Amino acid sequence: MKAIRWQIALIVAASLIFPWVVRSEYYLHVIILAYIWVIIGSSWNLLAGFTGQVSFGHAIFFGIGAYTAGLCATKLGVSAWWGVIFGGPMASLIGFIIGWICFRLRGPYFALATIAVGEIFRLIAVVWRSFTGGMEGILLMQTFRSKLPYYYLALFLSLTCILAIHLAMRSKWGYYFVAIREDQDAAESMGVSAFRYKSLSLIISSFFTGVAGAFYMNYMAFIDPEVVFSLHHISIMAILVGIIGGVGTLWGPPLGAFIMVLLQETFRSSFFGLAPRWVSEVHVLVFGLLVIFVILYMANGVVGDWDKIRRLWSRKAESVAATAGKGS
Amino acid sequence: MSVFVQTVVAGTLMGGIYALIGIGMTLIMGVMKIINLAHGQLMMVAMYITYVLYEYLHVDPYLALVVTMPALFVLGALIQRYLLNPLIKVEAILPENQVLMTVGIGMVLTEIARMIFHSDYKSVRPAYTSISLYAGPIAFNLPMCIAFGIAVLLTIGLFIFLLKTDTGKSVRATAQNKEAALLLGVNADRIMVFTYGLGAALVAAAGTLLLPIYYLFPDLGGAFTLKAFVITILGGLGSTVGAIVGGVVLGVSESLGATYVSMGLKDAVGMVIFLLVLIFLPGGLKRLTKI
Repeated sequence: MKAIRWQIALIVAASLIFPWVVRSEYYLHVIILAYIWVIIGSSWNLLAGFTGQVSFGHAIFFGIGAYTAGLCATKLGVSAWWGVIFGGPMASLIGFIIGWICFRLRGPYFALATIAVGEIFRLIAVVWRSFTGGMEGILLMQTFRSKLPYYYLALFLSLTCILAIHLAMRSKWGYYFVAIREDQDAAESMGVSAFRYKSLSLIISSFFTGVAGAFYMNYMAFIDPEVVFSLHHISIMAILVGIIGGVGTLWGPPLGAFIMVLLQETFRSSFFGLAPRWVSEVHVLVFGLLVIFVILYMANGVVGDWDKIRRLWSRKAESVAATAGKGS
Repeated sequence: MSVFVQTVVAGTLMGGIYALIGIGMTLIMGVMKIINLAHGQLMMVAMYITYVLYEYLHVDPYLALVVTMPALFVLGALIQRYLLNPLIKVEAILPENQVLMTVGIGMVLTEIARMIFHSDYKSVRPAYTSISLYAGPIAFNLPMCIAFGIAVLLTIGLFIFLLKTDTGKSVRATAQNKEAALLLGVNADRIMVFTYGLGAALVAAAGTLLLPIYYLFPDLGGAFTLKAFVITILGGLGSTVGAIVGGVVLGVSESLGATYVSMGLKDAVGMVIFLLVLIFLPGGLKRLTKI
């Protein structure tokens, strides 16, 4: 445990110094995006990985948070930063209502219902033009010219999110969540109210996703329904972050977020200009192949199957050493 | 009044094709107990095959059925054999691994289509697509009628297959109780491969029939995957008769929604129906009819 604490301190320290070592706006931007995905992925994982309720609709909460921030600026005339404060509770409220409707469904059917709700929210944002601005979206002025304040805020929010999930999982709630994931009927027969704890998990999960959405609005200064309510770019990406990093582990989604964002940027910039231009168009294809590969060979993600990867690695090293030994 | 009848007619004709999509999905759901989130993407692949056949070899879109259905059967069977069946043995925390896998497959299919054909809209318009038949003031669009007719024939064929042949009976047995079917000597793995292929072939037929009245782009798959599961939930999970009714209900409600509410909300109609069914009629229409 001490060793792990020491490692965490090292990671946090490295994150704090990072902008002073790497003085590049572009790399800061990439890391800020990764932090946003750390929040979304970890939140998704709390609901899906720990509580067993696979959501395909986390774009709803992200979008609610982003629109809360955007509408604070365009409709209320206050700073969009209020959205970071109100976005979370707003997303939680919507999350609670959605849970009330959808938690009567189990397993894949819950997943389907969340897709449907997500699509409804996207369509509402598109059609209700007088309120949301429709397809044109919402455009703001960025508050800061430098990326530094955004970087530290994103770091702070993602660490808070990880800490909150860690604390929730260490309390009795966490045991109830896992009990529901393992066997809902057994948990209920032991007196755990599945509905109450599933709702609780969803409320925490949607809260942080909403905060991430509100921060995204402030940072990118532009949203439209196709971006923030997108099934493919947000909801499914949240799932990918979770499963690639490791479902049901605390550090899986944060790691997954960095893997996904770095991979996405590598391909989007065609390996930083080294590869031919068409490479930039295949990043979604690479994600798809990655999903297939991970599910087939590393069903519990990089963190969950870490021992397996390490064993593979050491075996390879051994065989390399063995052949090298033979050669000499 | 004639506007209303016209709307219902158009919706019903569309519903025939929707039913075909839904039956494919419902078969897969019934036997494998998974939601195939690559369903619309398989349809998109079939549509591109039809498009290529028409554009470069000048094959009539309806004739292309002979190519697209077997092609997608093979593709579907391969997917089940090499990507989905192995997952049964994999130990994972989430039971929805197979569903997530179909998401990955859907993404790969969409992106491959985008690489080959780019994102622009394509369409197939043989000369007869603009012909309409009239019964009084009500117009019957010819390609929609042909599509509806072929969809009905395919559905009847499927029912005869499921009810009369040994393979069909094995499919139904596996859907009802996989363990019992295994004990009675049904090779469940092979039946699953076959069923996924069959589901893919049916949705391929729907895609090919749809192409002369619709347009085509790589992201179309996702939208139709959503429609497919709305139909399946509407009909009651795993019920083929329910899928037919669900398809027609969705077709008519979309059509009514587009005429009387707003064109932009047409796609929301399906989603709202879906949620209403989940809340007020869990179990879908199957529950009302007890079929």
